[in-house]
Amino acid sequence: MRSDQTPWWVYVLLLVGGIIAPLVFPAYTTQIAFLWLMILFALTWDLVGGQMGYNSLGNIFFFGAGMYISAVVQIGMFTDVGTYTSARGGEQLVLGYWDYFSSMFVGSIAAALGCVIFAIILGWVMFGLRGPYFAIGTLGIALSARELAGTWEWIGGGSGIAMPVYPGYPDEKSLVFYALIFVLAILTFICVRWLYSTRFALAINAIRDDEVKAEAMGIHTWRHKTFAWAVSAFFLGISGALFGNLTGFVEPLEVAFPTITFGIFMVVMSLLGGKGTLWGPVIGATVFHIVKEVTWTYLLGWQWVALGLLIIINVVFFQQGIMGWMQQKWPERFGVRVDKRMSKEAREGST
Amino acid sequence: MISLEVKNVSKSYGGVVANSNVSLEVPEGSITGLIGPNGSGKTTLFNSIVGFHPIDSGSIAFEGQEISRFRVQQIARLGLLRTFQQTRIYDKMNCVENLLISVPHRNEGLRNMFGSYSSGLIDKAEHLLEFVGLYQKRHLISGDLSFGQQKLLEFAMALMNEPKVLLLDEPTAGINPTLINGLIDRLKRANSEFGITLFVIEHNMRVIMNLAKSIYCLAHGELLVHGTPDEIQNDQRVIDAYLGAH
Amino acid sequence: MLDNLILLTKVPVLNIQLLLDGLFIGAIFVLAAYGLALVWGVMNVKNLAQGEFVIMGGYFAWHLSTYGIHPILGMPIVCAIMFVFGWLLYITIIKWVITRDLFTSLLATFGIALVVQQALNLAYGPEVRTAASGFTTRSFFNGMVTIAEIKFVSFLLCIVLAAVVIIFMKRSRMGQAIRATAQDARAARVMGIDTERVYAFTYALNAAICGAAGVLISMIWVIQPFYGVVHSIRAFVIVTAAGLGNLPGVIIAGLGLGVAEQYSGFVLGAQFQQATVVGLLVVVLVWRQIQLSRHRQVVE
Repeated sequence: MRSDQTPWWVYVLLLVGGIIAPLVFPAYTTQIAFLWLMILFALTWDLVGGQMGYNSLGNIFFFGAGMYISAVVQIGMFTDVGTYTSARGGEQLVLGYWDYFSSMFVGSIAAALGCVIFAIILGWVMFGLRGPYFAIGTLGIALSARELAGTWEWIGGGSGIAMPVYPGYPDEKSLVFYALIFVLAILTFICVRWLYSTRFALAINAIRDDEVKAEAMGIHTWRHKTFAWAVSAFFLGISGALFGNLTGFVEPLEVAFPTITFGIFMVVMSLLGGKGTLWGPVIGATVFHIVKEVTWTYLLGWQWVALGLLIIINVVFFQQGIMGWMQQKWPERFGVRVDKRMSKEAREGST
Repeated sequence: MISLEVKNVSKSYGGVVANSNVSLEVPEGSITGLIGPNGSGKTTLFNSIVGFHPIDSGSIAFEGQEISRFRVQQIARLGLLRTFQQTRIYDKMNCVENLLISVPHRNEGLRNMFGSYSSGLIDKAEHLLEFVGLYQKRHLISGDLSFGQQKLLEFAMALMNEPKVLLLDEPTAGINPTLINGLIDRLKRANSEFGITLFVIEHNMRVIMNLAKSIYCLAHGELLVHGTPDEIQNDQRVIDAYLGAH
Repeated sequence: MLDNLILLTKVPVLNIQLLLDGLFIGAIFVLAAYGLALVWGVMNVKNLAQGEFVIMGGYFAWHLSTYGIHPILGMPIVCAIMFVFGWLLYITIIKWVITRDLFTSLLATFGIALVVQQALNLAYGPEVRTAASGFTTRSFFNGMVTIAEIKFVSFLLCIVLAAVVIIFMKRSRMGQAIRATAQDARAARVMGIDTERVYAFTYALNAAICGAAGVLISMIWVIQPFYGVVHSIRAFVIVTAAGLGNLPGVIIAGLGLGVAEQYSGFVLGAQFQQATVVGLLVVVLVWRQIQLSRHRQVVE
């Protein structure tokens, strides 16, 4: 319905930019990979939070769950997980290229499917909660996952799991993971863009605007809500699997369930760019990530205070975000206009 | 044929009896009215019928099927739809989108979730917007429309859903008096042209007397009287109820 | 885990220890939860910075104690500082989110929480701290049950504080204005109540109550810049379980949570104590939803 009006050269530019960026700035390959990861975060958050109005503070759960699932599957393919983790990182899997990539592939698929199942189960429980209860409930899920992962000895507890060692050089590793994350972010974008062109998008927007009305009109609300969350979980799960392999070490507090960093970044980036739009999360993530990377080191310990202030300012004074602001300023550009004609048959001007 | 049959329905909220032993019938293809002073339980009855809350006792049948235990969405998908007293629309979407998502959701499979909209459907949406006089404003965000226009939009959304029975909760409240005649005309056309059975709560006596062939009057949660507009107008009990003699 | 359960049945005196510890700590949870219920009920703001206010109060008390001011004597000072802090927060931030959708206030207060956490971390460092209270510990039942006197004192202080707040809400003009605004803000405005001031006062009062709770926490337990989140979640668990405007419910849920935490800490191990709180949050929310789904329609 709301077909995307973006000119084709924007996509070409993005694709070319994404491909040559690590070649032009080889020193920043990982940072640029993180940028694509942030875009993926913002896109998946916005699908549920912005477009459907279910503001989750715990989407990071799927990221961490995917990471752990892939870690367990990848290691379980070659050795016993329990004994491996009880070595507390003293032992690390060294694999050949084929084993490394095939196990990572299997692990990522398992992560994606596992997260979809988690989304369906959790959705069954959580989607009965509305508004702030949903936000707090999802936050609770992310926090309890983090606590549980920290106490579950089989998956390494608080000391985590060491991932298999990359078989090649570090430079090569960062390029490979750059490519994987880049492709995943593009796939996420394509999927989300397609979803927004179908009636699915209108249905979840209807749920956002007035769920009671949507129910009264007979829309299958539960089905739509669960599907949206499952899509979000699917991509977050894979991104978690890739991120775990990129870091090489999975641990509950900082890596798998970083609730106040990545978990909140997702929300802030979507809001900054303009939630409920296709390009808002992309723009928000880009601006946020670049500003953060450039200023982070100059803030000398005050970064987190600055981040909190940014959230407050963003939420309180600039909630419509960049895209929302543009739509307010130039509504005609976005198709919001009065038709001069009174009816379909009447000619223009004859009012 | 009886389209909607309510039998001995009672509903109370923590001691306050909102409906007690209400029975009424809405024949297929008719326009039936429901009147009563404020707080007489009209909206509660509507909410009971469409499944907003469970009823304490009694039965509600739609086309012969018992629906008193169904949930809101199931009932809506059967073709029994309601509009709200406090107009409810999707306020961040434009008018056309509001209509497009209001298509009937009966027998909708998983694949329908991801269909796109045919030009035929868009034509239909635009036609209905023209029907209620909102064609010019079809690309505006519906939350920016005036209250009366939102009311008309909600009516168009209900028509888009192709219901068999439409429950209208005060369709003319808040609408400019000069537009009311046009709205009565549209309601009648919806009934005759689209074949939708209408069940209408209305406070404006002129409107309801003009519109409905058969009218029920509630007072204090109980059914007071049922009859034709003429009978209702001349019934001493109805006059007493409205004047507060009860 | 099972061993610990058996131990509890074999040595029943241990239950007394757990119960008392639970009640003493639970009383403090009640204070913070009452503050949350107040802000939630009066201005419909879900304050995610609740726990951070508590920790902040604790740090101020600890800071004063380093100058030789006993935390209990420092409590009025801390409350005053927190009251001013709450008022300032209201006029700079909360004021703007009060009329907006609920997620806005949730996220804005989350931002406040983040700033407070990090500022405390920068100011006091990440070490776990306890303010010295100078009271001794008494043992009963041949040393099977030990009770720190300070816990008992803090329990009494909780009761006094709660009584003061309740009497204030019932008797004073401001208290009555707050309750009127909670029932119907528009009507209150029409009747000439300055609701802006009521809101500011309510938020500031909440900060002061949290500050007092923090002082007590700093004496009988530990404070750390990042422990606030759990306190916030506790307050949410209590208020969600009890329901808004249900003071007896808040008291029971608060004391119950305190006891439940002590038991889970004893039976499952101390590392599960936080997980219990968070798990309880999910349980309470789910339980609430099951209750609602008995109706045909999910109510907001």
